Formats: sequence, C-alpha cells, structure tokens
Amino acid sequence: MTISEHLPALVVVLPLMAAPACVMLRHPFAAWLVASGTSWLCLLMSALLLRQVADHGAFSYQLGNWAAPWGIEYRIDMASAFILVIVSAIAAVVSLYARASVAHEIEQSRQYLFHALFVVCLSGLLGIAITGDAFNLFVFLEISSLSTYAMVALGRDRRALTAAMRYLVLGTVGATFYVIGVGLAYMMTGTLNMADLAARLPAVIHTSTAQAGLAFLVIGIGLKMAAFPLHFWLPDAYAHAPSAASAFLAGTATKVAVYAFLRMVVGVFGATGILAVAAMADMLMVVAVLGMVVGSAVAIWQTDIRRALAYSSVAQIGYVLLGISLLTEAGLAAGIVHLFNHAVMKSALFLALGSVFLRLGSVRIADLAGIGRRMPLSMAAFLVAGLSMIGVPLTVGFVSKWYLVEAILHKGLWPVAVLVLLSSLLAVVYVWRVVEVMWFAKPSALALTAVEAPLSMLVPTWMLAGAAVWFGVDATGTMAVARAAAAVLMTGVGQ
Amino acid sequence: MEVPGLFNYWMVVVLMMAGLYTVIARGNLVKKIVGLNVFQISVFVLYITMGKITGGTAPILGGGLALYSNPLPHVLILTAIVVGVATTALGLALIVRIREAYGTIEEDEILDMERGET
Repeated sequence: MTISEHLPALVVVLPLMAAPACVMLRHPFAAWLVASGTSWLCLLMSALLLRQVADHGAFSYQLGNWAAPWGIEYRIDMASAFILVIVSAIAAVVSLYARASVAHEIEQSRQYLFHALFVVCLSGLLGIAITGDAFNLFVFLEISSLSTYAMVALGRDRRALTAAMRYLVLGTVGATFYVIGVGLAYMMTGTLNMADLAARLPAVIHTSTAQAGLAFLVIGIGLKMAAFPLHFWLPDAYAHAPSAASAFLAGTATKVAVYAFLRMVVGVFGATGILAVAAMADMLMVVAVLGMVVGSAVAIWQTDIRRALAYSSVAQIGYVLLGISLLTEAGLAAGIVHLFNHAVMKSALFLALGSVFLRLGSVRIADLAGIGRRMPLSMAAFLVAGLSMIGVPLTVGFVSKWYLVEAILHKGLWPVAVLVLLSSLLAVVYVWRVVEVMWFAKPSALALTAVEAPLSMLVPTWMLAGAAVWFGVDATGTMAVARAAAAVLMTGVGQ
Repeated sequence: MEVPGLFNYWMVVVLMMAGLYTVIARGNLVKKIVGLNVFQISVFVLYITMGKITGGTAPILGGGLALYSNPLPHVLILTAIVVGVATTALGLALIVRIREAYGTIEEDEILDMERGET
C-alpha cells in the first residue's frame, strides 16, 4: 500500500492542509467539522504508526526521498509514536468538546479562526514528535507556538491579550535559545540529523562550544516546557485562554516540549556522558523537586481554579523531570508514562471546568459553591480526575507515582521519595479545597442558575475521566509502551 | 590577534546581549518586540558566519569551483527569518489589540489595571 508508507508525512501534512480549508470555509460549524475530522484522522494514523512500530520496530521516513544525513528524516520509534498518540488523542477528544465551548466563548465571526489555529497547532506538535532533524524540530516548535499565542489571545477577557503577549516574548526567547544551541552543535559536528549528532558529539563534547550548545538547548526547551523557574508565562496563558484551548494545551504543549527535551538532551547528548559528569542530572533533580513542591504549594492559594490547575501543571512537569533526572530506564519510563497520565487527567479537569465556565461564566472558587448538585455529571468527572491528580489507587495518577517512587527508591534517594509524597499531600489540599466547595457548600446564587452541561461537552469530559480510571486499573499497556520508549532514549546513555 | 577574524562572533554577542536586555528591561511592548528582533538577528548572523570560508565563493554547480561557503546555514536562516517575521507580525498585532483594550502599551500601566480586576 502506498498510503500507509506515507503515514509519517500525512500525519503532519493533513492538519496543516486542514487549516487553510477552515479559513476558506469561514462557517463555524463547517470549520469545526474539518478540524474535528482531521484530529480523529490523525489519531487513527498515529495509532497505526504505533502498531507498526510495535510490530516491526522503529523505522525512518525520508522526506522527499532525500537520504538521511542531508535530507530531513522522520524517525518513528516507540517514544515518538507514543507522543503522537497522546497528542492526537487529546486533540481528538477536545475537538469534540470545542464546538459548543467555542460557540459560547468566542464571537461568531472569529470561531472559524479558532478551529484553524487548533489544527495548525496540532500539526506543529505532531511534527515535533515525529521529526528526526534538530532544525526541523525548531520549525515545528514555532508552528505550534505561534498558533498557541493566537489561540490564547482569542480568550474573552482582555487579560488574554497580555497573557498571549507574555507567552509570545518568553516563548520566542526559548525558541531562539534552542536555535543557538542547535547552531553551536552544528558548528562542531556539521550535521543536524539527531542520530548523526548523537554519533558525532562524543568526539567534540570536551569543547566549550558543544557544552555551551547543550546549555542553550536546556534553557530553551526548559522555557517551552515551563520547567520550574521558567514557568511564568504558563498560569496566565492557561487561565485566560478559551476553555477548549486550555484543555488542549494543558494536555499536549508542555508534554511535547518535554519530549523535545528527552530527544535532544537525553537522546542526543546522553551518549556523550556529560549528563552524569557535569552534575547536570543533579541540577535537573533540584529544579524538578523545587517545581514539584513550589508548584503544588502555590496552587493552593489560587482563587481562580484554572490558575490553580496551571500551577499544578508546573508541579507535574517536575514529576516528569524528576523521573528523567534519575538517568535510569525505570525513572525515564515513569516520567514518560506520567506524560500520558497527566495529559489525560489534566485535560479532563480543564474540560470539566470549561463546562462550568459555559454555565456560570466564572471559574472563581467562590462562585462554584454547591455546583456539584447542579451539574453532577461534569463535577463527578472533575472529582475522578482530581482524585487521580492526588494519586489515589485505581487512577492513572497512582500508577505514575508508584513507578516514580519505585525508581527513586531503587537509587536509594529516599528523601526525594518523601518530597514526592509531600507534593502529593499538597495536591490533596488544592484538589480537595475545590471539591469541598463544589459538593458540600451551600449553592451560591450564581450556581443555582446552572444546569448540566450539554452532551457534546459531557461525553468528551467523561472519555478522559474514564481513561484516567481505565488506564489506572490496567496500566500494563501504557507501561509497556513507556518502558520501550525509555529503552530507545536510553540507548546512548548506558546504565 | 584573532579578534579581526572573530569580529562577527563578537558582534553576535553584542547584539544578543543588547536584544535580550531590551526584552527584559523595557516596559514598552513595541520596544520589547524590537529587542526580540535584535536578539533573533544576532542568531542569524551567528549561523551565516559559521558557514563562511575565507576566500570561498557561492556554491554553484559546475564552473570548477573548489572552495565554497557552506550553503546549509543560509537556507536554515531563510527559514528562521520567516519564523521571525511571523512572530513579529503576531506580536505587533497583539500590541494593537492590547492598545485597543487597555489604551496603553506600557507594561507597568497594564499590570496596574490588571491588579484591580482579578
């Protein structure tokens, strides 16, 4: 079959082509139909790619038939296929939800633009996951980022504009740092292909040029993934973006940046052994733990629940980085499986909140008093995903924390394990604070006006909340994929 | 001394720092965008400089050229310029809308207004 051979290119090109189609259609419903259909097609293609990798192992796709070190190579292995599935699955589910949510939050004349931006962003994120070329990754990073800035700016509140502006400035600085890093690595090796870079870097890693390149890469990608001290753009962006955009970005954007970090820093620079020598892993661990504790602590004090969830995202990125910083296969696998688990539960939480915003026009904690009794189904989904955020058994949150703590203890770092548990306790506070108000407080005047969310929003919310339980009860599938992905990324690092 | 040979790299560092400083220190949003541009341009210069070989010419097929500059960084930077233009355009468009919504493009004044809203 010729089509299946070209799946790696199609999965990126199809959403890219869908965007101008959305713009030309101009009609909100038609644009939504194109965007949603494209997202589901991408999910199908990603799933096919994952199966192909599972059956036959990793493979490459030569773009335009140019051989690898010169042409751009798309490399599909367990790690990239897993990220492809995560991103396209979240996009597919959120796209179902987006029609009603966008129709309510964005004025009629601009709705088609949201759907167009949504597919452009999807295309960029999928491109980052699939490419095997360091510079190509930058291009996709900017495709996804530029569309994200515009999507955030579509928020109803005028503060969405300043949030988008702040994100644009920091995001561009981050992307430019990344380009500097790639440039310095190119200067020393003469190649941009990731596999080629990994092979040639060990010979030149003693030079300050290559080391500076690594530093620029780490800071650049760190900004994009909102790693702890570089997270300042994130809370505003998630709090003021349209609900559907928050749910989509919370589940995908920072995850894909973490993947870029895994590819470039662990995959490419891992082979040089510099991560262990220069105490980089230790520094990463400190940053990860700080993010984990500070992010969760700050989340407790927020009155806007979306902002609380955004700070919680900073903490969750900390968990993933902690897994990476162990530099063992088990730690990496725990980090990677948490990418999936966190995407599912955080998107579910944002979708449930989006339903509240649809009915109340507010997500401030005081306005949500007693909303659980008015919108029981949406809020039950929030409760399930919230419990998963805490790490209650039988949810995905428990699975990731279990494997993470196990990997930490395996290295004998029990104080770090204690800090993970402490951060989970903080999560109990910030989740339970909201749950208590929602279910047990006397309904506010505003909450009494609310009715249950429409079916088109309930179903996607429950799809993700259900997945949070499903993959929490039986994690063998996701863990197997995460372990295989970790093994791919660790090949250069050694044990 | 190596300094004349490394002139471009020194300029890269100067431009990079000037750009980054402008982004961080200026409260005027348009100036921030201009700083961002200067910062990006320093990276363009870095790439183009690394592709240059003393005495090298343009890489044209045929004509018996032995020494030529590496064309790849130029191509990469063409792409990066496009990205930079898109970022600038989007940034300026956002500034126009911020000006419509807040009546100012000074960051501290906007922050003051936002503090009152929550």
